[in-house]
Amino acid sequence: MKLTLRVWRQRNADAEGAMSTYEVDGISQDMSFLEMLDTLNEELILTGEDPVAFDHDCREGICGACSLVINGDAHGPERTTTCQLHMRSFRDGDTIDIEPWRASAFPVVKDLVVDRSAFDRIIQAGGYITAPTGAAPEAHATPVPKPDADLAFEHAECIGCGACVAACPNGAAMLFTSAKVNHLNVLPQGAPERETRVLDMVGQMDAEGFGGCTLAGECATACPKGIPLFSITSMNKEWLRATRRAAKG
Amino acid sequence: MARTVWDSTVGKKTVMAVSGLVMLLYLVAHMIGNLKIFFGTEEFNHYAHWLRTVGEPFMHYEWTLWLIRVVLVVAVVAHAVSAYQLSRRDIRARPSKYVHRKKRADYATRTMRWGGVILGLFIVWHILDLTTGTVHPGGFESGKPYQNVVDTFSTWYGNAVYIAAVLALGLHIRHGFWSAAQTLGAGSRTRDRALKTTANVLALLLTIGFVAVPVGVMTGVVS
Repeated sequence: MKLTLRVWRQRNADAEGAMSTYEVDGISQDMSFLEMLDTLNEELILTGEDPVAFDHDCREGICGACSLVINGDAHGPERTTTCQLHMRSFRDGDTIDIEPWRASAFPVVKDLVVDRSAFDRIIQAGGYITAPTGAAPEAHATPVPKPDADLAFEHAECIGCGACVAACPNGAAMLFTSAKVNHLNVLPQGAPERETRVLDMVGQMDAEGFGGCTLAGECATACPKGIPLFSITSMNKEWLRATRRAAKG
Repeated sequence: MARTVWDSTVGKKTVMAVSGLVMLLYLVAHMIGNLKIFFGTEEFNHYAHWLRTVGEPFMHYEWTLWLIRVVLVVAVVAHAVSAYQLSRRDIRARPSKYVHRKKRADYATRTMRWGGVILGLFIVWHILDLTTGTVHPGGFESGKPYQNVVDTFSTWYGNAVYIAAVLALGLHIRHGFWSAAQTLGAGSRTRDRALKTTANVLALLLTIGFVAVPVGVMTGVVS
């Protein structure tokens, strides 16, 4: 395959960025999107140019490191992560636009790499349970009803890649935060911090400068793990419940 | 608690949801009242007079009406201020656009902000036209709403402004009602179809119900 790539190049956080055009040839349909970028970078290195910086780690769709907006879609045209997107989703001769996640809470570090530490701080605000450390407890010591376990698992699938923020017209982090809140709030292990968790995590989300939710639904469409839009509804419910309880004291 | 709600994006959305539902309830009542115009001058004018005497003798003349007006003003202001502040925040959160743009979300969702601004301007005109009579095209008489309505809808711009606003309202409710349900935590996977249907039915009924009045005047059914 021969492709024309238009890639966002930005020297550093303060520099002005712009789209640069590159031609790549000899791309196999079986390559992943990241392997295609590796091919481009090898050529750039040979010609003495600065290779395109992009985030990647596990390359098997479970770590949440890769983060590219491809032709206007977070993670590209398929419902998966960029690393699991294959070149068979494109056609020979295509022009592909590659941009970083765009949100003020995710500043560009270089080229296609953005700083997603705002997500870490949201997790630090309440995305954990207080449990004594030591040997793993007996699995049946705390019974969890099957529907709750399923619900928790559905939300636990979130890999924190930030595609929801990238896709949201308001740069909101509602889907990420709601996945993390619901994951723990439906489980008995998460019950002791049920109220403070949602209040603190939503508070941190706002403090990081993410936008608000207008229920456009773009986040759930972009999510490679299929976190449902109703996750946000459940978090709103938890937030209202916690706010009422906090008011009662 | 008020502070927590107002300072949070989720809280401000709650304010928008609740104030929106209050206005929606009012609109349903307003539409039913409007439709009385099809039963003649006497019934319509009598209804308008009754609105001022609701609750008597406990309430004095026009007290109930003013109570409703105060609640509505509070709802409109709360809704608009929250929307303005949240929109400012949303725009700041996404300062640079994607080079490769795609058409996103459906029409009703994309037009919520400008639709809301149009509705706000419409409310001002609507009150100046048919409540105070300041910009009324005919000889406004406060006790004769039937004739006032006929006068307004006998002008081309009266019809154009009103119908455009009602269409904007329909779109606003279509996304707004469903969104309010999500914000208040009432939505779920199993309830989604029912909620979306309710939103569409409400939007359609209100649009038809409100548009019926200018159409009635234009076709001569009301004169």
